[in-house]
Amino acid sequence: MSRKPFIRPVQTTSWWLNQGRYIRYMIREATCILIGAYSAVLIVGLIRLGEGKIAYEAYLAAVQSPMGMMFHIVALAFALYHTTSWFNVTPKAMPLTFADKRVPGGLIIGAHYAGWIVISGIALFLVGA
Amino acid sequence: MARSNKPVAWSLFAGGGTLAAFLTPVLIIITGLAVPLGFLSGDILSYERALTVLQNPFGKLVIFGIIFLQLWHAAHRLRITAHDFGIRADTAVMIICYGLAALATVVTIFTLLNI
Amino acid sequence: MTAASEIKPDEIKTRIIEIEILRYNPETDDEPAFQTYQVPCREDWVVLDAVNYIKDELDRTLSYRWSCHMAVCGSCGMMVNGEPTLSCHSFLRDHPDKLRIEPLANFPIERDLVVVMDDFIDKLKSVKPYIVPREKRSVDDGTHKQMPAELARFKQYTLCINCTLCYAACPQYMLNESFVGPAALALAHRYNLDTRDVGASAREDVVASNPGVWECSFVGACSDVCPHDVDPASAIQQAKIAGVLDYFKSFLMPKGEAKK
Repeated sequence: MSRKPFIRPVQTTSWWLNQGRYIRYMIREATCILIGAYSAVLIVGLIRLGEGKIAYEAYLAAVQSPMGMMFHIVALAFALYHTTSWFNVTPKAMPLTFADKRVPGGLIIGAHYAGWIVISGIALFLVGA
Repeated sequence: MARSNKPVAWSLFAGGGTLAAFLTPVLIIITGLAVPLGFLSGDILSYERALTVLQNPFGKLVIFGIIFLQLWHAAHRLRITAHDFGIRADTAVMIICYGLAALATVVTIFTLLNI
Repeated sequence: MTAASEIKPDEIKTRIIEIEILRYNPETDDEPAFQTYQVPCREDWVVLDAVNYIKDELDRTLSYRWSCHMAVCGSCGMMVNGEPTLSCHSFLRDHPDKLRIEPLANFPIERDLVVVMDDFIDKLKSVKPYIVPREKRSVDDGTHKQMPAELARFKQYTLCINCTLCYAACPQYMLNESFVGPAALALAHRYNLDTRDVGASAREDVVASNPGVWECSFVGACSDVCPHDVDPASAIQQAKIAGVLDYFKSFLMPKGEAKK
């Protein structure tokens, strides 16, 4: 009997479209594009700040224009997806044991969300004060 | 098989990812949405206020840290995503992704030093 | 309507399920092709029962692996409607009237639903999936002592039945066949966590290499499809963190040199 194993061709670019879990994974990965873009927006802001009041206020106007707000809303959506997907897997990457028992994953995740709310609150307070 | 050097890139990715998870949403709100939507007053981002914060060495350090970690998190994830789309030329992708992050890092440093 | 006590075993409901199976005969075919069967299925059957019916009653030429029929041997892995599944573990009542069955993804097809497992076996061997003891022991030395808490740290990773559903689900294995893969890395982690074992540095060459844990991008599909909740994805992420600590430690304290 002769062997002739068949290797099935692979969809290297579109494989992720075949299942919901892979699509969600790709969205999670795509959050990096928005985070990178937002970092670029911050860097431009720093450059304009260095160029003087007129340049900086033109930058602010652009950021706060409808287009600018659209970008920030999209960026926020992706950033939030990054936050939730990051927090949700933390118990897997860093399992905790306390008093010989595994700390429930939900507790670890909940602590992260609590910390997130506190940090966000502090940031808003520091800026607004 | 040789031991990989990926731990370096991955540490930056993981550190940046953690920072981004905790800070980036509220940062986006502060710098892009809070003022036009009206729940923080316009002068929090004013030229004078921004200068005060960013002429302070501590302010420079904090902003640099945030931008640096976000950049290198995004760069590493983008490199992996390119591979997920079937792009095999990992060396080229690495040079582009980390190169852009390095360029942006240098620009940030120079800009901050001159504010 | 008959009373419950009068229902005879033969009256258990059946329905016709249309099952298309990807066939491949290396002696006669150049490539695989689907063949469709109409199978009268009892409502309490699993997919494996339907496949067995096909072989027994409809087409004796169908080839596939199975053994225990209770999800402990790991032999009967196949793609059922695109999902890596143990066919003995997947109830027909959870499926519609059409099934598409293919051999486990990301492995070469030997014949029909039988895939070539050599790559996985080689990778499994490469991670030294056995206790590397601190010192040689004889039976007279007695057993190792291990606390329940120490066992609890690695127990879930001992549950792997080597069914390789995780390899079929993993896009990184699909894109890069040199990836050591979820099950092998989870098993390496199992032994690295075992207090009886000192083999972590011996496994490092494979585990901490580029095709080792660093090829993983934490898609997590492996853990989704695992029939025994081994959660290989968690093992790999923990191994990455351990790998990072080892990497930086090795710069601060190079092996064989005095501490700086």
